[in-house]
Amino acid sequence: MLLDKTISELKIGLLKGEFTSVDLVNECYRNIKTINPKVNAFITIVDQEIALKKAKEADKKLKNANSLLLGIPFVLKDAYLSKDLLTTCASDVLEDFIPPYSATVYKKLEDAGAILLGKMNMDAWGHGGSSENTDFGPVKNPWNLERVAGGSSGGPAAAIATRMTSFAIGEDTGGSIRNPSAWCNTTGLKVTYGRVSRYGCIAYASSFDSVGPMGKTVQDCAYILETIAGRDPYDATSSPQPVPSYIQKLSESVKGLTIGLPKEFFREGLNEEIRNSIFFMAKELKKLGIKIKEISMPLFDYGIPVYYLIGPSETSSNLARYDGIRFGQGRENFSEETMRRIMIGTYALSAGYYDAYYRKAQQARTLFVREYQKALAECEALLMPVNPTPPTKIGELMSDPLQNLLADVYTTSQNPVGVPSLAVPCGFTKDNLPIGAQIVGNMFSEDILLRIGFQYQQVTDWHKKYPILK
Amino acid sequence: MKTKLSQGDIQHVAKLAKLPVSKEQLKKFYEQLLSVVGYMSKIQKLDTNNVVETSQITGLENVFREDEIDEKRLLTQDQTLANTKRKYKGYFVVDAVFDNE
Repeated sequence: MLLDKTISELKIGLLKGEFTSVDLVNECYRNIKTINPKVNAFITIVDQEIALKKAKEADKKLKNANSLLLGIPFVLKDAYLSKDLLTTCASDVLEDFIPPYSATVYKKLEDAGAILLGKMNMDAWGHGGSSENTDFGPVKNPWNLERVAGGSSGGPAAAIATRMTSFAIGEDTGGSIRNPSAWCNTTGLKVTYGRVSRYGCIAYASSFDSVGPMGKTVQDCAYILETIAGRDPYDATSSPQPVPSYIQKLSESVKGLTIGLPKEFFREGLNEEIRNSIFFMAKELKKLGIKIKEISMPLFDYGIPVYYLIGPSETSSNLARYDGIRFGQGRENFSEETMRRIMIGTYALSAGYYDAYYRKAQQARTLFVREYQKALAECEALLMPVNPTPPTKIGELMSDPLQNLLADVYTTSQNPVGVPSLAVPCGFTKDNLPIGAQIVGNMFSEDILLRIGFQYQQVTDWHKKYPILK
Repeated sequence: MKTKLSQGDIQHVAKLAKLPVSKEQLKKFYEQLLSVVGYMSKIQKLDTNNVVETSQITGLENVFREDEIDEKRLLTQDQTLANTKRKYKGYFVVDAVFDNE
């Protein structure tokens, strides 16, 4: 299958004329037709004729273009505004919302000649870690259709794993790119806050939200990031830091780098098979000349409260704009999980509780910034689990709201701090369910994380495994 | 400081957030939020004396732009009204804020 190839391989094949962008797009639609009814990854599928028209244009331009992604098919999490194309954020509130403008990330990819195939299923508003909190039916895990795909970017991860697309753009507020990547055996990068413009990205928690690449490999993520990163005058929080050539830096040496294993992330509560896989990954990294050292991050236990006080506070404010007057349906259409998060946030911000919850959490956030700074002063990166368990059964997390929140325990503390984190496949359980690990680095150290991940994928083949659907 | 959440608090919060919540939902949300807020309350144990708050982590301050109209971003009146259910002569229609006696 053409779609087993990495972006770099696809680019070479396109340039040599071995196949065309039209071939690629047709292969995606064949897969969408047979696979999507089983996994429910798409909310909106772009009309095949529209995608093919763009593919034909790309094929004409191939010879004399220097775009990294020309003619490559992709999908967007349905949290990104796409002009004249339905955008729901997986909520009935936006069941018929047609945006009048496009998100910057989408515009950049369109300008690069990448071809949009669809808008993907997710937890509504990003509120969840399993893609079950959606008004469009849960996304099923392609490795086991009775299990969840992870979330909130579950649709994008499931579509990459099953070759319905070459790559995707996800959004990560507290693990939403990393968690489904780990559970679907794909690769995903939560970028440094501000590395990629959030303009046109439907806001969950504005000071945590980060827009990032999801793909089959680390190298794919480097290709995507190099295209989408950079300052955007429409997003004042986007960073003026120059964008390096992530692709060129992939093969620089990793010898002598130090990676920390924070012991608090490996204590009870972590599934044994996941722990073993990550320790095994650490051994592989050692063989590459990387030093591994155990470190301590004692604030670990406070990560969930900080995230689940500030995140809902910001979401209660962001979602106040959905009044059903200018666009969308009324507030009675929010799901119960979303109503709960709005209420937790409203409570944490309300008179009499503000100091005890919201202000306290913002102070604790400062302590987390310091804790990560300290840990990353003695190491270039940290290696951690992504999920505490393998993919859960559909319905399992939804029955207990608190357990649902605790499933994010390893991925929530990075967002309040802003640091980047790369999720890569690192093994399978004995039941053939994927396991992922995350590599966390200093602010704007995506180049180092991608380099470590790339070289790890040169000596392992977990990322090459894909699900066979029954 | 009162830390124990009451059913009245939930009703109040739902009203502040303009969420229509039925009596049965109120009871359910109360039980659920009691356990969630109870769990999050463990943050009280953390010593944050003299710690400043962090509200954003961009490292940026005072991001300015020229005070000029960016015509590329202007929407027409039709585009602006395209998604509304209720419009009248080019206006959005909203419910009255004050009742007429």
